[in-house]
Amino acid sequence: MKIIVCVKQVPDAKDVRLDPKTNTLAREGVQSIMNPYDRHALEEAVRIKEQFGGTVTVLSMGPPQAEATLRDAVACGADDAVLVSDRAFAGSDTWATTYTLSQAIKNIGGADLILCGKQAIDGDTAQVGPGLAERMGIPFVAYVRKVNDCAGGSIKAERLMDDGYDAVEVALPALFTVVKEINEPRVPSLKGKMRAKKLEINTLNAVDIEADLDQLGLKGSPTQVVRVFSPELRGERSMLNGSADEQVAQLFDKLEPLL
Amino acid sequence: MLRIDIEACIGCGVCEDTCTFGAIKVEDGHAVVGDGCTLCGSCVDVCEVDALVIEREESVFKTKIDEWAGVWVYAEYRHGRIAPVAIELLGVGRKLADQRQAPLSAVLIGSKLDGQGEELVAYGADKVYVVDDPALASFTDDSYGNVLTDLAQEHKPEIILAGATAIGRSFIPRVATSLAAGLTADCTNLEIREEDGALLQTRPAFGGNIMATIVCPHTRPQMATVRPLVMKPLVRDDARRGEIVLVTPEPSRLVSRVKVLESVIEDLDQVNLTEADIVVAGGRGLENEKGFAMIKELADVLGGAVAASRAAVDSGWVPYPHQVGQTGKTVAPKIYIACGISGAIQHLVGMQSADTIIAINRDADAPIFDVATYGIVGDVFEVVPKLIEKFKQRTNR
Ligand SMILES: Cc1cc2nc3c(=O)[nH]c(=O)nc-3n(C[C@H](O)[C@H](O)[C@H](O)COP(=O)(O)OP(=O)(O)OC[C@H]3O[C@@H](n4cnc5c(N)ncnc54)[C@H](O)[C@@H]3O)c2cc1C
Ligand SMILES: Nc1ncnc2c1ncn2[C@@H]1O[C@H](COP(=O)(O)O)[C@@H](O)[C@H]1O
Repeated sequence: MKIIVCVKQVPDAKDVRLDPKTNTLAREGVQSIMNPYDRHALEEAVRIKEQFGGTVTVLSMGPPQAEATLRDAVACGADDAVLVSDRAFAGSDTWATTYTLSQAIKNIGGADLILCGKQAIDGDTAQVGPGLAERMGIPFVAYVRKVNDCAGGSIKAERLMDDGYDAVEVALPALFTVVKEINEPRVPSLKGKMRAKKLEINTLNAVDIEADLDQLGLKGSPTQVVRVFSPELRGERSMLNGSADEQVAQLFDKLEPLL
Repeated sequence: MLRIDIEACIGCGVCEDTCTFGAIKVEDGHAVVGDGCTLCGSCVDVCEVDALVIEREESVFKTKIDEWAGVWVYAEYRHGRIAPVAIELLGVGRKLADQRQAPLSAVLIGSKLDGQGEELVAYGADKVYVVDDPALASFTDDSYGNVLTDLAQEHKPEIILAGATAIGRSFIPRVATSLAAGLTADCTNLEIREEDGALLQTRPAFGGNIMATIVCPHTRPQMATVRPLVMKPLVRDDARRGEIVLVTPEPSRLVSRVKVLESVIEDLDQVNLTEADIVVAGGRGLENEKGFAMIKELADVLGGAVAASRAAVDSGWVPYPHQVGQTGKTVAPKIYIACGISGAIQHLVGMQSADTIIAINRDADAPIFDVATYGIVGDVFEVVPKLIEKFKQRTNR
């Protein structure tokens, strides 16, 4: 079984904040990390490989620095790594991203199973997984929380729904996005780290993946960001005063008519 | 791309300071753009010497945008019920359609849908496309995606809205991809731009730390998924008249490569949480499960539901379905009581549209007080038992 895991390098979201005065991103000490959900996708791929055999390739589209994330993935059990990187990709929305990733996947020979994270914590769109499945023309299952069985050209899995879960069976090749409930990712082994250090990362540009340049980056993106701003909070801030008993009494008087 | 006119640039650095993404640096006396540039244009606006321009190459998208008209709402239907978010979307959809002087339609996909179309008319739809087939009894991405794609290709709506639910966020991206349409996820605000009638779609990004407004100038339909509980539904009006259109798709389009073997309804609690009028929420300040027992007691006395911050869920004091915020549920109850919650932005985005917010926290500087209608600086273990006592006396009266 050939498995591809799509991983994205993202800024550690809890550090990212707009400075309310200058409207700029406070970047001090912002770290780049592997998107947390992708770590769960990778772990699941490695477990499937350990149980049923096969190979795990990690694939990332991003700037040259994204190599660090790929090495991290190799340290955690991926067999090899592919970076698709080109200035032509700048400004890609999810439509252009899925085009680029699908071209890259075709270029490296396709896969039986493609795993993505539920969403990336920078964009939070959760659109790349399903969009990529459509581009590849393969079935898709979102929010997978359990992979039960993958024998004989199909996989049984459970997907999380808003009101519970669905047990599904899917013919391969297929694409899943996974939620964090699916597993507990391992920490990299020493051997893995050594391998990651030495591994040659296969780096591809727009020409290598035979991309139509018109479909890439900003030009190939139907959506345009026109404004970025800090969320507005409802600044009410009305504090009650007095002893705990007095405050509770005041609150009670305010709430009672609302009940 | 962002082009910098080195002749014109005076190296003042205003663009560097303005760039949200840290993508511009002043080097050797002029601005240089790096990989982080998202082409948002804020630098262009602030440059006083007009040294920056965004060059948009002729778009490859050549949709004849005038051919597309009308607003559509995907009316999610599962386990015998229309998702509340579909009703909310008809509310905002009505407003957008009226502004565009176009009809509002709903698309209902499923099995055994008798009478459901009329329901959508009562909440604002002028027209309802009903696709009722046993093959659509369970949701699968391929079959639902095919049906909606085919309908959109045939009727060419200008705008398609869907709930940002598990189902909406799963198959709407497939539809957008096959229509080569732009799609904005998880929107919290939708408006029509006066000049050109484009849909302005606003959404949180970076875990809610940043808001972004997005448009799709060259492509149609303009598609968006919308967070539940942020839009207001219309008042039900059974006198409203609308057209019900029964649609029979090609059988081949209903075949799915995903088989649903079983569909299990698991946590009714969470249904209660999003629909509760009163929500009592606890955070890390509660210290342990016992703290949560106290929250549960207050919720019971008030007839409300229990919610939690992610810190409380991660500590294992309450299960995930109770989590409110960016990665949990959105709630908009009449009363939200936050106990021992600091008010991180990721929590606030999930609850700040509550009518009345009460915060109890011992740290007077906690950001939760910035959104509180009434704030109490104090120890939850002192304040909450007193509140429980007060409301118990009321019930006993
Ligand atoms: C991508 C991302 C997504 C996230 N999604 C969510 C989400 O969906 N929902 C969510 O809630 N969080 C989310 N978070 C986490 C969020 O950033 C905060 O870490 C979390 O909300 C903090 O929870 P808390 O307020 O309970 O804990 P803390 O921040 O630790 O606050 C505890 C508060 O309790 C007060 N306190 C302590 N003891 C007492 C006492 N005895 N009496 C009164 N007050 C007391 C303290 O003063 C403090 O203000 C997300 C983070 C990221 C990065
Ligand atoms: N640039 C990228 N490179 C590789 N994988 C990506 C990239 N962007 C998104 N993905 C994958 O798609 C998932 C969803 O991302 P998003 O739609 O951006 O929220 C992520 O969890 C990744 O698995």
